[in-house]
Amino acid sequence: MEKQTKRFEDRIWDFFVSLKLGIATLILLSITSIVGTVLKQGQSKGEYVQENFARMFPDGFPPKMTQLDYDKLREGFESTYRFFDSMYFFDMYHSWWFLGLLGLFAMNLICCSINRLPRVLKIVREPELKPAEKFYKTLANRDELLVSGTMAEVEAKVGGFVTSEFTKPSRTEEGEKVHLFAQKAPYARFGVYVTHLSILVILLGAMLGIKFGYKGFVWITEGGSINQVTSREGQGVIPLGFTVQCDQFELEYYEASSMPKEYRSDLVVFENGQEILKKRIVVNDPLTYNGITFYQSSYRPVGGGVYRLSVTPRGGSSFEVEAKEGAHIDLPNGGSFAVSAYEDNLRNFGPGLTMHVNSPDGKHGNPFPIYQYHPGADAQIRKGEFSFDLIGADLAYATGLQVAKDPGVEVVWVGCTLMIFGTMIAFFLSHRRIWVTLVPEGRKVKVLYGGNAHRNQPGFALYFDNFKSKFKKIVS
Amino acid sequence: MDGSQLLSTQIMNLVTVGYFISMVSFIVYLAVRSKKVALVANATAWLGFAAHTFALGYRWYESYQMPGGVGHAPLSNLYESVVFFAWTIILIYILLDIKYKQDAIGAFVIPFAFFGMIGAQLLLNSGISPLVPALQSNWLTYHVITCFLGYAAFAVACGVSIMYLIQAGIEGKKGGDSAGGILPSAKVLDDINYKAIMIGFPLLTLGIVTGAAWANYAWGTYWSWDPKETWSLIVWFIYAAFLHARFTRGWAGKRAAILSIVGFFATIFCYLGVNLVLSGLHSYGS
Repeated sequence: MEKQTKRFEDRIWDFFVSLKLGIATLILLSITSIVGTVLKQGQSKGEYVQENFARMFPDGFPPKMTQLDYDKLREGFESTYRFFDSMYFFDMYHSWWFLGLLGLFAMNLICCSINRLPRVLKIVREPELKPAEKFYKTLANRDELLVSGTMAEVEAKVGGFVTSEFTKPSRTEEGEKVHLFAQKAPYARFGVYVTHLSILVILLGAMLGIKFGYKGFVWITEGGSINQVTSREGQGVIPLGFTVQCDQFELEYYEASSMPKEYRSDLVVFENGQEILKKRIVVNDPLTYNGITFYQSSYRPVGGGVYRLSVTPRGGSSFEVEAKEGAHIDLPNGGSFAVSAYEDNLRNFGPGLTMHVNSPDGKHGNPFPIYQYHPGADAQIRKGEFSFDLIGADLAYATGLQVAKDPGVEVVWVGCTLMIFGTMIAFFLSHRRIWVTLVPEGRKVKVLYGGNAHRNQPGFALYFDNFKSKFKKIVS
Repeated sequence: MDGSQLLSTQIMNLVTVGYFISMVSFIVYLAVRSKKVALVANATAWLGFAAHTFALGYRWYESYQMPGGVGHAPLSNLYESVVFFAWTIILIYILLDIKYKQDAIGAFVIPFAFFGMIGAQLLLNSGISPLVPALQSNWLTYHVITCFLGYAAFAVACGVSIMYLIQAGIEGKKGGDSAGGILPSAKVLDDINYKAIMIGFPLLTLGIVTGAAWANYAWGTYWSWDPKETWSLIVWFIYAAFLHARFTRGWAGKRAAILSIVGFFATIFCYLGVNLVLSGLHSYGS
């Protein structure tokens, strides 16, 4: 009875320790991950149905299609959606089965390391210092010489050669024999374990972030401030514990173009009424306070902008006017004008606004556009009594900031660094060892020597051939 | 904005021609095994690479000569990335050529670079356009360079794996080792395949990590299961499986070569398929 239970435990352990499980998990993770990139994540049933109709009828519904046909198709799409949804395909990276697969992967890594690490530690910490002759027979790279001289003389030559050619050996006496042992980069054997550990550290960091962090979004109007954010993950409203104020938001374009060059927000952090810090943030350069970071993400105009226009009466000289959005500004001829609806990219001509002119008898003129980077256009096109150019716009904006708290992110970076070092060590370094045993034989000394490498054996074999020929010359 | 007037674009056209001559010469070399033909093939590849390097640097300089502060490293759009990718493929080829001196490999690796270049020159817009705020970061440079060096190593591994499958088939019929045939021996090809992936895998890891760091600075999240990010992870999983497969009985040799080829297809889907076919944060299109 006891024998059977042991075998069962052993079989469980063997399963978690097997390399084949590792390869299978990697392949399964690859294939399942593909599903989440093809099926749009977080889609509702309605969105899924819409998308499928759009794909099936890219040019619109055929005129002959009946309501019945439509309903049948819709039901088909809906039942497909329900089927996929039952397997969590629309939120698959947070589904129990995907997380379970990741968990299995982690278990495999842990068990493999526990299984193999003791042996590797032993090789590194307790190297063979008294190799018997049959040990040398197990080495792929070895040789044997019979040289004249005393033990001390030969040892000096051999020790000197190994030190200069490879590295300083350690010395062990065994009766009348003398063993020399030299090794390079023993820590290279740990590269694999560091790499595997790094994956576990990254997973830990990710879990910390998910459990103790949050992702949110917030709009701050210029001049305004907020002290709480809306969660993007359905956790409602989260208080910050401090206040963030936006003094100004600016949008800069590339010269004479509608392409944005920079979005920047001047932010100030207040806590308990005290100003703590000020920062101008741009995309790729956020503000962090108290473990919470604010990222420049988007913006929207909020109306109430002030615009500078150049007004030119026909045949006269131009003058500048400041006009508030929506307000009527008097014109010298008794009429007036009003500006509205500023857009960053009005009809693809770049920043501009729509305005209208009222005649002196109060009649509203038709609205027309003027563009910041197309001066003189209005004079040419409309040929009105006054022509207008948009010189500048001081808009009121609200800045849109992504907000994130992630206590696990530093752990993830530690994991990433470990992974980079681990892979470099695992691939580009090799633990190489050379053994020499000197045995007195009458008036001569028998020299047994050999070596191996844990990586890139063909490369070490070439190195050893070179070592051998030099060794023979020096020692004989 | 059209880039055909740029000197750098005109040099790129010559580079494309150079790689074409090199590719054809390598294929001819497979047939005739003439040292002279191999010399022409290698020389045109090396010269093309030198001109290619100069053109990349010059394009960088040209962007700073344009008004409006649009200067940036030539890594920011589809045209620039394809041209850079071709450059990295030739770079990795040259490094392997110095180490292994197997001229036959050229016939299976130069085509990747050539087809990339001709596709870019004929189908894509080579104009220099300014960077939107999201791309204005040094992380762009680190991320793109490391990713493409990794992709290039995988491209070379794929070419060598195709050679392996052909050679293994030949050796299977003849029986035993076949040194002196058209292609290097299967053993050598298997080794080069492994070495190329050993170079590519840490580079891809760096590429993914720098991408995550950049995403964290720009959007506040180092991983959002975006199709591009997810596909880069899929590629990483496939090559990780490859590296471990070598230790498993029955997975060395032919299966490893197939995994290497599959990995490269996944790499190309990650690079181009995601942008052009799927949607998400990375779909900046052309």
